[in-house]
Amino acid sequence: MTELLKIDNLGKRFAGFVALENISLAVAAGERVGLIGPNGSGKSTLVNCICGTLPNDTGSVRFDGHVLDGSSAHQRTRRGLARTFQLPRPFASLSLLDNIRIPLIYTVAARGIHRSGHEIEARCVELLREVGLEGKARRLPRDLTQVEMRKLELARAMAAEPKLLIADESMAGLTHSEIEEIITLLLRLNQRGVTIILIEHIMRAVMSFSRRLVVLVSGRKIADGQPDDVMRNPEVERAYLG
Amino acid sequence: MRSPLFFLICLIVGGAVFAAAVALGNDYYFFAGYVVLQYVVLSTAWNILGGYCGYVNFGSAAFFALGAYSTVALHRLYPLPIPAMLIADGVVSGVVGFGMGYLTLRLRGAFFAIATLALAVVLETLIVNWEYVGGSRGAYIVRPESIGPFGNYIEYLFLIMMLLAVAAITAARVIERSRLGFGFATIRDDELAAEASGVPTLRLKLIATTISGALMGMAGAPFPYYIGYLQPSSAFSLDYAVNSIAMPLIGGTTSWVGPLIGAILLGSLQQLATVTISSAVNLLIVGLLLVGFVIVAPNGIIGLVHKYLQRKPDDFVGRRHVDAEAPNRVPGPAP
Amino acid sequence: MIFSFDLLINAIVSGILIGAFYAAVTAGVSLSFGILDIVNIAHPAFIILGSYIAYIVSVSLGLDPIITSILVMPAFYALGAGIYQIYYVSFEKRGQESLRGLAFFFGLLFITEVSLVLYFGVDYRYVEAPYIGPTWHIGYVDIPMRLLVPCLVSLLLIAVLQLVLTRTFIGRAIMAVAQDQFALQLMAVDPIRIKRIAFGISIATASLAGAFLIIIQPVEPSVGRQYIGRVFAICVLGGMGSLPGTLIAALLIGVFESLTSTFYGPSWAPAVSFGFLLLALAVRPAGLLGR
Repeated sequence: MTELLKIDNLGKRFAGFVALENISLAVAAGERVGLIGPNGSGKSTLVNCICGTLPNDTGSVRFDGHVLDGSSAHQRTRRGLARTFQLPRPFASLSLLDNIRIPLIYTVAARGIHRSGHEIEARCVELLREVGLEGKARRLPRDLTQVEMRKLELARAMAAEPKLLIADESMAGLTHSEIEEIITLLLRLNQRGVTIILIEHIMRAVMSFSRRLVVLVSGRKIADGQPDDVMRNPEVERAYLG
Repeated sequence: MRSPLFFLICLIVGGAVFAAAVALGNDYYFFAGYVVLQYVVLSTAWNILGGYCGYVNFGSAAFFALGAYSTVALHRLYPLPIPAMLIADGVVSGVVGFGMGYLTLRLRGAFFAIATLALAVVLETLIVNWEYVGGSRGAYIVRPESIGPFGNYIEYLFLIMMLLAVAAITAARVIERSRLGFGFATIRDDELAAEASGVPTLRLKLIATTISGALMGMAGAPFPYYIGYLQPSSAFSLDYAVNSIAMPLIGGTTSWVGPLIGAILLGSLQQLATVTISSAVNLLIVGLLLVGFVIVAPNGIIGLVHKYLQRKPDDFVGRRHVDAEAPNRVPGPAP
Repeated sequence: MIFSFDLLINAIVSGILIGAFYAAVTAGVSLSFGILDIVNIAHPAFIILGSYIAYIVSVSLGLDPIITSILVMPAFYALGAGIYQIYYVSFEKRGQESLRGLAFFFGLLFITEVSLVLYFGVDYRYVEAPYIGPTWHIGYVDIPMRLLVPCLVSLLLIAVLQLVLTRTFIGRAIMAVAQDQFALQLMAVDPIRIKRIAFGISIATASLAGAFLIIIQPVEPSVGRQYIGRVFAICVLGGMGSLPGTLIAALLIGVFESLTSTFYGPSWAPAVSFGFLLLALAVRPAGLLGR
């Protein structure tokens, strides 16, 4: 299988604090990778560095054959990298429909795919339908519940037609059935060929979803492999159970 | 409504206003009206960067003065007709806007705002020390008695400013409804999420500062002819900075209508006030209105009208509406 | 440009003296902007307000301006706390602080300045005090008392503030609230109350700074505007919220301004601090997450 994302010796410090140290990771196209680790282990920092929101200090990030270092976040999104935010960040003054429209008119259009106004609108509605939000298409994000906001985040990321989607704690605070909904969504996406990196604390969800598990502790990668093997790893046990 | 039709309607309305002023026969209306129209341009220009993108420019006076002084400098070289001056000054101001943006737009909005203040002072210091345009002593520009079919030079100036105002609000409206306008809104709402969605935020912000700066410069271009004697203190007057912020915020920042309403209302009020009460009380009222509206009516007059009509905002002027009860987002840098 | 050694020394000395005063002026902004992330560009207006209060009391009661300002500090504190409360409810809570919050403070700046103009007019006002006239001469170095006294009290103010921020519970809570509001909440400390206290302290320092200002130079309402750029330049250069950093940056700018004024003329002086500001901003680490 082709290597879609390749991270070599990535490092990031904030003043004196080392957030990430020597992170190397390769993700192949079509994979379902779970990324776990205690709070403060650097998961979100890693996502920010991969997606360009933060610049990495050392190492390199390669995506789809291109070196990403130095490129801005929007350029990486155009290359096919999409992410959701831990705390949903919808465009508060735009309707749900327009929220979905943004990646379509900026990311997808930038790849040279030209759609008419009608096609774009139809696509927006379709995406909202996939996450069950088409009834609220013309409402504002403030009218949404927690789980609906997370679905909007996902739908917006999906609208960018990514090759790789990083879902950052999309399930925090949700009920059983809501978690099931999100997992189903992600599985469907993966079946269509989108590679997914799932960052989660909810072990049940991560274990059932991931084909591969990566564990981050204090900015270092301490395990990377089959979920069952990883969970039996003594270092991982120590990190979680103390 | 398609834009060319809108532009035509505005021209007709503008023409009607002009005709009415001519009919009234008193030059005062042209002088006062010029100032109001000037503010329409300034507020609309400010709003493109401030209201649409959410980046506050405290240095509107700097761009306005840049336009005025470019006219003076050019006039000393060779007195071009005003429309040509307008374009030249617009280019100068646009370039400066671009340059300033390039230096500061990578920073957070707060730093950008402070930088605009700094720029205004630096520019003023440079101009005060530049003898060619008169420095602190000021510069005289002789206004011709009449030009072409107009009986009066002030009528000509009024008409120019009217055309500029029409152009400005048409441009604002076109931007609002375009892909660019959507991009601007995402920058205002959440720049981080905008980048993650593929919006080239830096490029769009630069476009906004350039257009905004250029329009402000164009608003200042005919000013030396209007006032006859240009001093740095009048060109860099704080009036411009405060009004170009107060008018859109009071009128409503989410669409081209807001700055227009704000400029016409506030501008006319101030013209009346300077005749009756002192200009200091005038400014105090503007300041109080600004603070009052910003606290009580964040969506300005447009927002108040919405509430009164009990309509959902997207029914009326489209999509952009400031959320006064948005859920509390944790402030500070992203995780 | 006449270059002479004693002119240079005197320029540097007065630059240092004024620099210390600039640090006191900026201390409040280091608190509100550097630590709390509130862009209070109206701070200089509050300083001018402090100057005028010192002026009235000095003229009517003959009380020393510095003593006056200390007595008035509680009122300024209350003003600051009140303003923060309005700011919080109207803007911070709603996430509107970038556009409307800025406009709010800009409006306050304006209202304060214009109100002062209406009440006092645009004439320069000054105070009388026994230490304003005399100058101490050491060799060819002149140390005007009217610069030295504010300088020394400014340094005292900075020291006291630094102690409060690092040694007291409230002080450390203030430093903490900038970093992690949530953690504070977990410790059962109300972050909003802490911020209110901090902002109150910030405005209280303006009272003292105002007294210093009117001792150093005659004051009229628009003087505050020159300080906007200075204050933010110093705050940014000083590392945003670090009081020691603020002091060093303030001394630097004081000296540079003094040198520019002495050798190139006072009309160029405003450009120095604002130029520094633009430079500091241009050189800052890039990125949306800036800080």
